[in-house]
Amino acid sequence: MFKTLLARARQGYRTAAYPTQEPVLPALFRGRPELDPTKCAEGCRECVDACPTGALRVTEAGLELDTGRCIFCEACVSACPEGAITFTRDWRLASSRRDGLTVTGDERPKVDALGRELRRLLGRSLRLRQVSAGGCNGCEVEANALGNVVFDGSRFGIEFVASPRHADGILVTGPVTTNMKEALLMTYEAVAEPKLVIAAGACAISGGLYRGHAEACDGVEGLLPVDLYVPGCPPHPITILDGLLRLLGRI
Amino acid sequence: MVFATTRNATPLPIAAIPVMEVGGFRRDVLAAIDAGGRLLLLTGLPGNGGETRLLAGIADDARGEVAVCSTVVANAYPALTPDCPAAHHFEREIAEQYGIHPEGHPWLKPVRFPPGGPTIGDAEFFSVAGSEIHEVAVGPVHAGVIEPGHFRFNCHGERVIHLEISLGYQHRGVERALRGGPDRRSVHLAETAAGDTTAGHAAAYCQLLEGLADRECSPRANALRAAAIELERIANHIGDLGALAGDVGFLPAASYCGRLRGDVLNLTAELCGSRLGRGWIRPGGVAHDIGPDQLRDLNKGLSEAERDMRNAVDLLWKSSSLRARFENTGVLHSEAAAELGMVGPPARASGIDRDVRRDFPEALYRDRRPSISLGENGDVFARALQRWREIEHSVAFLIEVLDDPGSGPAVSAIPALVPNALVLSLIEGWRGEIVHLAETDATGRFSHYKIVDPSFRNWFALAYAMRGQPIMDFPLCNKSFNLSYCGHDL
Repeated sequence: MFKTLLARARQGYRTAAYPTQEPVLPALFRGRPELDPTKCAEGCRECVDACPTGALRVTEAGLELDTGRCIFCEACVSACPEGAITFTRDWRLASSRRDGLTVTGDERPKVDALGRELRRLLGRSLRLRQVSAGGCNGCEVEANALGNVVFDGSRFGIEFVASPRHADGILVTGPVTTNMKEALLMTYEAVAEPKLVIAAGACAISGGLYRGHAEACDGVEGLLPVDLYVPGCPPHPITILDGLLRLLGRI
Repeated sequence: MVFATTRNATPLPIAAIPVMEVGGFRRDVLAAIDAGGRLLLLTGLPGNGGETRLLAGIADDARGEVAVCSTVVANAYPALTPDCPAAHHFEREIAEQYGIHPEGHPWLKPVRFPPGGPTIGDAEFFSVAGSEIHEVAVGPVHAGVIEPGHFRFNCHGERVIHLEISLGYQHRGVERALRGGPDRRSVHLAETAAGDTTAGHAAAYCQLLEGLADRECSPRANALRAAAIELERIANHIGDLGALAGDVGFLPAASYCGRLRGDVLNLTAELCGSRLGRGWIRPGGVAHDIGPDQLRDLNKGLSEAERDMRNAVDLLWKSSSLRARFENTGVLHSEAAAELGMVGPPARASGIDRDVRRDFPEALYRDRRPSISLGENGDVFARALQRWREIEHSVAFLIEVLDDPGSGPAVSAIPALVPNALVLSLIEGWRGEIVHLAETDATGRFSHYKIVDPSFRNWFALAYAMRGQPIMDFPLCNKSFNLSYCGHDL
C-alpha cells in the first residue's frame, strides 16, 4: 500500500491542460493543410498524381484538398515543385459538415455546437459507443488514448461505454467493411434517440486508403447521418477531443 | 529432398523454385519439418494457366535460411495439417482463396469471409454437445474500443471446454490492392496492414523492396529503422502491461502504463510527426534523419520513460493479489506452442527460442541487436514478464544505437526490381514474426503479394490456452496475447 502511494507521488500529475492551454505537439506534426493556388503552374498535376487517396483535385476554381480523404502523408508536398501545399501544426481539423473538409486556401473547418435542447438532454456527459468497422486499428488506438490520464476525456464527461443502450451516440472508425456493415447498422439502431454519429479518420469519412475496394463501403457516407467528421490517419487524440468539445459547445 | 534455399530479403528466381508432384511435395515438406524445420508459410500462388501453385517455406532458424518448394494442384490435395498442426490456418486460407480442398483437413472453416463466399457469421461453428453444455457468443462488437471479432465459448458451467474464434470483420482487401505495385499506395497499405505495427510492417515492405532491387540502406537508415521498430515494441508492450493491470482491477499501474505508452508514442512523433510512426520508414531508408538535438531529447525522454515504467511495473510484480490472478492462468506449454507454430512474445514466454532479430537479422540487426530472453511457464504472468524484459532489452539497445547512429544518407533511391523473382521479408514486430512475400512479373511489378502477420499464427494459440479455463479469465488471457484483428483479416 505504502509503495503504491509512493509510486503515485512519483508518477505525478500528467493531465494536459487542454483547452485552457494549447497542446504541446511535435515539431514535425502534420495538421491542417493550407494551399496557395497562386503558386500553381498552369496545367500542373504533380500533387494530384502523387496523392495515394485521391484527396487532391484541380477544378475550374483551382486546387482543392479534401481532408476527409487525406492521410496526411505529405506525398503532395514532396511532389509540388512550387511549394503550394503546406501542412501546418494546427490540430483543429474537425467539421460538422462534409463539405467543410474541403481546403482551397487557408480556411479553418468549423464545428457547429449541438442545439441547446440536445445539450440540455446530454447534461454534462457524452457517452459514446465506439464501433470499429474495418480499418487498421490506428484510429482505435488514438480514440482509446482519450481515456488515459493525459487526454482524460472523463473530465468533460466524455467516455466510451460498453453498450449502445448506454450511449448518446457512436464513434465510427474504419471504411465500413462489407463484413461489418450489418453490425454497425445494428449498433446504431440500438442507440436510443436522439443520437449522434461521429466519423473519425479518413477511412470512416471516405474509405481512406481503401476507397473503391469491393470489400468495403467507402466509409459511413450514405449509411448514417454524420454529426461530426474528424479527419486524420489516424487523428491525434487532441484532434478528436477538440472536435468533441466544440460539438458540445465547450470551446 | 529438393528445395531452393533463400535468406531474408534475398530474391530467388522463380525458375529456381522446384515444382514437385503433390505427393513428393507433401512428403518432403513433412520430412523437413520432422528434421527440425519450422513451417514459415504455406500459401497458394496463382499460376499463369489458371492453375494454383502451392508454395511452402521451411525456416531453418539456426542457419537463417528458408527452404522453398512448390507444387501445382487442381481441385484438391492431401492436407498437411494432420501431420503438421502449424499448417491448419494456412490450409484454411488456401481453401478459401483458391477453392482448393485440402483433403483430410480436420476442421475446415472460413478465415476471412471475402466477397463472393458465405456471409460472415454464416458458418458451422464447432460446438460441444451435451445437456449441461452452454454456449456464450460475443461480438463482433465488443465492450470497449476494440476491433471486431466473434467468439463462441463452449462451456460447462464456468469452465471453457473450447473457444471458437471467427474473424474476417476487418477484411478490406490489403493483399489484393498490393498486387500490381509498387505504386503510390503500396507503402501506406503496408503501414496500415496493422496500424499499431506501422513500423514493423513498413520495415518488412521496404526490406522486401530493397531485396528485390539489390540495394541496402545506409547504416544510419538501418539504425533509425531499428529505433522505430523498438520504440513501437516498447510503447505497445507497456500499453499491454497497463491493460493487463486494468483487467484485474489494479488501476494505479493501469493508468501509469497507459500514460507511459503515450509518452513513448510521443517520442516516435518527435522523430517523424506521427505517434504511430506513419511516414517514417520509406523505401531506401527513412523519411526523416535525426538531428543532434533530437538525439539528445530522445535519449533523455527514453531514460525518463524507463524510470517511470520500472516504477509502475514494480507495482505489478509486488502485488500478491495480482500475481495470484496472473500465475497459472492460460497456461500454454512449450510443446503445444511449438506444434502450433507460435511466434513472438507469447511463444518466447512458453520457452520457444525464436526471434527474427537474431535468427534472420538482415541489415537491420546484423551488427547489434537487443538481448533476447525466454520465459518458462507460458502463463499470463510469463507473458507479462516477457513483455517487461523485452522493454528492458529494447531500451538498452536503443540507448546503444542512439550513442552511435551510424552514418550515411537517410534515404537513397531504389532502382528497378528484379523481374520473375520471389522474395521473403522477415521482421520481428512487437507481436512477433512478420512475413511479407512478393513475386514479381516479367516487368518487375508485384504479380502476387502476401502478408503473414504474427496474429495469423497466434490466434489459435489463444483458443488453446483458454481450454479448461474459467470463462471470467478470457479478458485476461486475451490481453496477455493482444492479437491483431486487422493484421489477421487484411
